[in-house]
Amino acid sequence: MKSTQNCAPIYEALQKHLKNRVVRLDVPGHKGGRMNKELRNFLGENCLKVDVNSMKPLDNLCHPVSVIKEAEELAAEAFRARHAFFIVNGTTAAVQAMIFSSCKAGDKIIMPRNVHRSAINALVVCGAIPVYVNPGTNKQLGIPLGMSVEDVEKAIRQNPDAKAVLVNNPTYYGICSDLRRIVELAHSNNMLALADEAHGTHFYFGEGLPCSATEAGADMAAVSIHKTGGSLTQSSFLLCSGNVSEGYVRQVINLTQTTSGSYLLMVSLDLARKNLSLNGREMFKKTVDYASYAREEINKIGGYYAFGEELVNYSDIYAFDKTKLSVHTRAMGLAGVEVYDILRDDYDIQIEFGDIGNILAIVSAGDRELEIERFISALSEIKRLYGKDPSGMFDHEYINPTVVLAPQQAFYSNKKSVPINESRGMICGEFVMCYPPGIPILAPGERITSEILDYIAYCKEKGCFMTGTEDMEINYINVVV
Amino acid sequence: MELWFTEKHTDDVNFTIKVKKQLYSAKSYYQQIDVLDTYEFGRTLVLDGFIMLTEKDEYIYHEMVTHVPMAVNPDIKSVLVIGAGDGGTIRELTRYATIENIDMVEIDGQVVEVCKEYLPQTACRFGDPRVHLYIEDGLKFVRRKSGEYDLIIVDSTDPFGPGEGLFTKEFYGNCFKALTDSGILINQHESTYYDSYVDMVKRTHKRIGSAFPVCMVYQSHIPTYPSGHWLFGFAAKNLHPVYDLKAEKWESLNLKTRYYNTELHKGCFALPNYVKEVLADE
Repeated sequence: MKSTQNCAPIYEALQKHLKNRVVRLDVPGHKGGRMNKELRNFLGENCLKVDVNSMKPLDNLCHPVSVIKEAEELAAEAFRARHAFFIVNGTTAAVQAMIFSSCKAGDKIIMPRNVHRSAINALVVCGAIPVYVNPGTNKQLGIPLGMSVEDVEKAIRQNPDAKAVLVNNPTYYGICSDLRRIVELAHSNNMLALADEAHGTHFYFGEGLPCSATEAGADMAAVSIHKTGGSLTQSSFLLCSGNVSEGYVRQVINLTQTTSGSYLLMVSLDLARKNLSLNGREMFKKTVDYASYAREEINKIGGYYAFGEELVNYSDIYAFDKTKLSVHTRAMGLAGVEVYDILRDDYDIQIEFGDIGNILAIVSAGDRELEIERFISALSEIKRLYGKDPSGMFDHEYINPTVVLAPQQAFYSNKKSVPINESRGMICGEFVMCYPPGIPILAPGERITSEILDYIAYCKEKGCFMTGTEDMEINYINVVV
Repeated sequence: MELWFTEKHTDDVNFTIKVKKQLYSAKSYYQQIDVLDTYEFGRTLVLDGFIMLTEKDEYIYHEMVTHVPMAVNPDIKSVLVIGAGDGGTIRELTRYATIENIDMVEIDGQVVEVCKEYLPQTACRFGDPRVHLYIEDGLKFVRRKSGEYDLIIVDSTDPFGPGEGLFTKEFYGNCFKALTDSGILINQHESTYYDSYVDMVKRTHKRIGSAFPVCMVYQSHIPTYPSGHWLFGFAAKNLHPVYDLKAEKWESLNLKTRYYNTELHKGCFALPNYVKEVLADE
């Protein structure tokens, strides 16, 4: 009998496995938690009991032939893709597998500069060359946007030998490019179309949301089910459609993915897929309702700007993901990261991130009215207590990079460490970014300019969590000799 | 057959009373609502398994949350009551002819309806023309107000349940904004006797103190609440609960009370050492 979306093959196999009371003379050595009772009591007995190794009745992630294969087929059906891979090394692994499957050393790949670090990391590893398309910037909000079709067309014309085009669908802030047209352009120029859908799981199930990658005809998409789809952290799907060989992609995944795939992560993907299939429409309606309500209320407070679909210009903002609750704070005299810190330190509210001018809260069907009201009330208090004149605030976020060397070449060059304020004009040998959102300010191979140094100093002053450099304090930076 | 109701006061302590009859039992959108008729305590309102009030001792709670602030500032004209679906706080407030407006915000309309039907002892003054009932989330209601009330009384359930938002820093800050310059905030402050409540009392006190210059705690004896020793918070922008007490003025009103008097008012701010230690501990 064919499985339906009501089934969850990995979940059912694990339940059966528990019932059989199998003697555990294999790894993991905690033996269902008996070896570490404190851990078992903390995480719960079931959690430790289903933390098992691959075995015949439970299949094997590296070479699925039974329950994992069935679960992957159900996932593919749910996401209307030709094939879905279960990924347990984070969406980072899914993004890298997309790039490794489409590019070899020296191949070009067209992408916006506001990609997640995982994409540029992939270039460091495989030696592909990025062709950056400048994402537009919204001057008022200071956020990078999507790629306009014209800019992608231009990049393709200038680089007809590029192998693939990578698109954020959507960006962290919920901005979408015209994915359908970009996919058409890529295909008509014999390039693969890849989508980083780390923040786009809900596009496949919600109503009135932007177009998903498989719907647009993209060849591959990395979908973080754990971000908005309800599975455990670090679990994702890599979707394949179009002209991609499933077997080759699996080989590429197996180059770097663990051979001890976690059943906790896999069962969470299996049950998340089932839940999304059966209840997704309803859940994302609730999400949109919460986010829309919060936007309306936050805009009534004054000073804040919770932005939404009114930004859409059918160019570098082709569509807006209205489940995203992004709020511009700079007009109130506060950097986003300052509001982010106050919310956590004073109000016990943890949001997703704060950058120079904005904050982002992730809302989902798992929220209740209470969380939404607390967030709105806390913002109203922060305005009352900390709001000030916004003059003197840094107002520009996106800085167009000058790529001097390919990321791999720069990363593996001979490098020296210099004080960051003496590095102007040099070629950067490592990453510098605020985390989150994890979009590099500097990537290996890019020219360090005074504009970038000012920006880094400002981010540090405002308390952004800076990462990427070998020097944990970011007082020194590695430059190419 | 004997029927007994048990409330868990801690994991290891139960409080049990003999029930004559269960008068009402239903689940609202927010919580489980039960009304019991009991031999010792009369009619009893139970929410999510916790006793909210009994006819026998409700007067202590309702007198202490109303007459304490009214005796400090007898000029109070406009009052906001949050929670209090049973109507007991409203009943006490409507005894003051000088109060012009009472807004009451209760999240669960079903509690009000049930109390009107089964607890007329407390739910008896909803018809007073000065009383305006809003079925809404208190946190949301107060966020939109600025300088409107002389007194806010937070008559909430425990911090785990529909009342959770009423124990937050943002809520107390919103209350500060909603109050006039001589404003007073009174809140139900739980108890420190059992360890499981201590953290919440501490945090609540700290959160109120971050919003209000005057932030004090007073006590009373409520037999049907866990440990029987119960605390309330008195926070104000500039009025001190004891130094600013207008005892003579309050007494001239000739309000008959069963628990409250102005001597007790002065005394109830004197706290046992174990409570003082909890409140002082950062």
